[in-house]
Amino acid sequence: MHTIRKLAICSLVAAALAPAAAMGRDSVKIGFVTFLSGPAAAPFGVPAKNAAEFVVEQLNAGKGPAPYRKKGYGGGSIETVIIDEAGSTTTQVTEYRNLVQRHNVDLVIGYVSSGNCLAIAPVAEELKKLTNFFDCGTPRIFEDASYRYVFRTSPTATMDSVGAALYVKDARPNVKTIAGINQNYAWGQDSWGDFEAAMKVLAPQVEVRTSQMPKLFAGQYNAEISALLGANADVIHSSFWDGDLEALILQGGPRGLMKKSITVLTAGETAMHKLGAQIPDGTVLGARGPFGPYAPDNRYNQWFLKGYMAKFSEQPNYASYQMAQAILGVKLAWEKAQEANGGKTPSNEQVAAALENISFEGPGGTVKLANGKGHQAVMETVYGETKLVNGKLAVVNVKRYPADQVNPPANMKAADWIKGGFKK
Amino acid sequence: MDPILSVIVDGIMYSAWLFIAALGLTLIYGVMKIVNVTHGSFYALGAYAGASFTGAWLARGYPPMLSYAVLAAAAVVITLAFAPLVERGILRFMYAKDEVVILLITYALFLILEDTIKLIWGVNPYFIAQPYALLGSFEVGGLSYPTYNLILVGLALVMGGALAWLQHSTRVGKLLLAVIHDPEVSRAMGINVGKYYLVTFTFGSMLAALAGSFTAPTVSVVPGLGVEVIVLSFAVVVIGGLGSLPGAALGAVMVGLVRSISVHYMPQVELFVIYFVMAMVLAFRPRGLFSLAEPRKI
Repeated sequence: MHTIRKLAICSLVAAALAPAAAMGRDSVKIGFVTFLSGPAAAPFGVPAKNAAEFVVEQLNAGKGPAPYRKKGYGGGSIETVIIDEAGSTTTQVTEYRNLVQRHNVDLVIGYVSSGNCLAIAPVAEELKKLTNFFDCGTPRIFEDASYRYVFRTSPTATMDSVGAALYVKDARPNVKTIAGINQNYAWGQDSWGDFEAAMKVLAPQVEVRTSQMPKLFAGQYNAEISALLGANADVIHSSFWDGDLEALILQGGPRGLMKKSITVLTAGETAMHKLGAQIPDGTVLGARGPFGPYAPDNRYNQWFLKGYMAKFSEQPNYASYQMAQAILGVKLAWEKAQEANGGKTPSNEQVAAALENISFEGPGGTVKLANGKGHQAVMETVYGETKLVNGKLAVVNVKRYPADQVNPPANMKAADWIKGGFKK
Repeated sequence: MDPILSVIVDGIMYSAWLFIAALGLTLIYGVMKIVNVTHGSFYALGAYAGASFTGAWLARGYPPMLSYAVLAAAAVVITLAFAPLVERGILRFMYAKDEVVILLITYALFLILEDTIKLIWGVNPYFIAQPYALLGSFEVGGLSYPTYNLILVGLALVMGGALAWLQHSTRVGKLLLAVIHDPEVSRAMGINVGKYYLVTFTFGSMLAALAGSFTAPTVSVVPGLGVEVIVLSFAVVVIGGLGSLPGAALGAVMVGLVRSISVHYMPQVELFVIYFVMAMVLAFRPRGLFSLAEPRKI
């Protein structure tokens, strides 16, 4: 009799629990990693964190635009753990392990620094934790290795550099000399390497006058500016970002650096909102894709731009856009995997499989994970020139370059594609 | 354009900035035998105070030419608010401890002050570009340089000269030299060593804050500003010899010129060249170029 009663109770409990399991978990914990301190916090980390807060809040309230209308991720509220990306790469690897093994996050979205992305990717693979890089740009991540759990929903530096070279060639067809100032680590070296190679394909006679590679966060650039002014090149290329970009503008502006040569700032959009008056007219600004002033007027951007500005009383910059699309892309894959899993919470392997080769719409337009065996996003890119209008910096002469014109084909290294004359 | 001329001008300007940044560090080590990591924090505090005070000054429409005086005043005010507190509140209880322990304590204080800065000013950048462009520019060899850079060169000369004069030509300076030479005997002779430590720490920190304040118009003032400076300042004072004023001057000139040469002629080694010079100096002069002879106590 006792046995029968026990069996009956167990059956009732199992029956009660079954629908809960089938519906998926009540919450999904996401680890966000971005700069909250240091020179990269203000222009990148904080706008990205703000975007994460806004998007998570909207999704949890079921207020995202379709097809992001379902609450949170697959009906489960999103919980966030936000970690500071400042510090050494070793610190970041330790913090990543903490996120996975102590905070037990379901997935990680983060990383601005290319150096950190290169270090985190193999660790994510080792720990089998779905990780989406939202901003870092080095193309080496998926060119030098293949990953199952690692994704990047933002384009690489190759797109920025090739787009910059195309814009320069369009704006000044007779360009004969170029010079560069880039930070001496993965991002800066890759950006300059791709730009130089692309310019040599587009204008074979082009001569490199100087390539300055100061240390990241060096802060003082008077000698480099002198070398660039002395080089007297037609075009100066810089992929500077964070406080370094702002210091270069502040120190180079009074010396006429950006007036003497056409200056291309591939990540310059982050400075335009705060240093508008210091950036001379005619400076070529990139936003690492169709973000910020270059974002399309679609319903996702209307939702994001309006909501972000209402919440934070400032314009979102490209780091904000990249963060927003990183969260939205994984949401789609999560829900697709959950649906395929009969409504149960999907495993990281199932979400990763759903995220591979995905194509989705976001505030920056169409994102296709077409490269890196379906793990690396490609997008169109956009460049324009600055012009001060009524005391506010605007972009004019805007040119858009479709994704297949500025990104290498799938499974082809960026350097080989550029050197081969952009042949598919 | 003559590249040699440009190398020299850039080298001098960078040296001046480095010397101002490193001067307080070598002074504090010379007197107190503290490798003071909080030096970077005072540099950052000076930059934030300079940006805030000057920003407020200019926003109220006061005369822009006086903004240079505001930069200096900001450094003095912020140092007086923090430095005596750090020295009297914490460091004075640690002087009996080993140098390495004090180094770790100043590192801990550096981290605390970094967070204090974030609490006060947040993480958004501060810009005060106006003083940098206000004085116009001058040309050397066909290249334009902001006249503001000459203020830094002048400031370096005045600070170095004043400190040398203070140490060697005044009664207070001579008493300070006695404290440097032997604090125990100085105490026995009636010198208030604690007071000299307080004044030295405050004055040395003020030099760091002045460096930060006068750098503020040329950079984006953001958290973490002091980290890079402390590393470079250490390189300069180690090359010159810890505690030596002429050593710091020579170290700054060497680093400034070598870096400038590499930027103009071999930019790919710029990152490495400063530390190569430091390694070479230490290989042949392990205590730096101007290391002071240490009396052996029996």
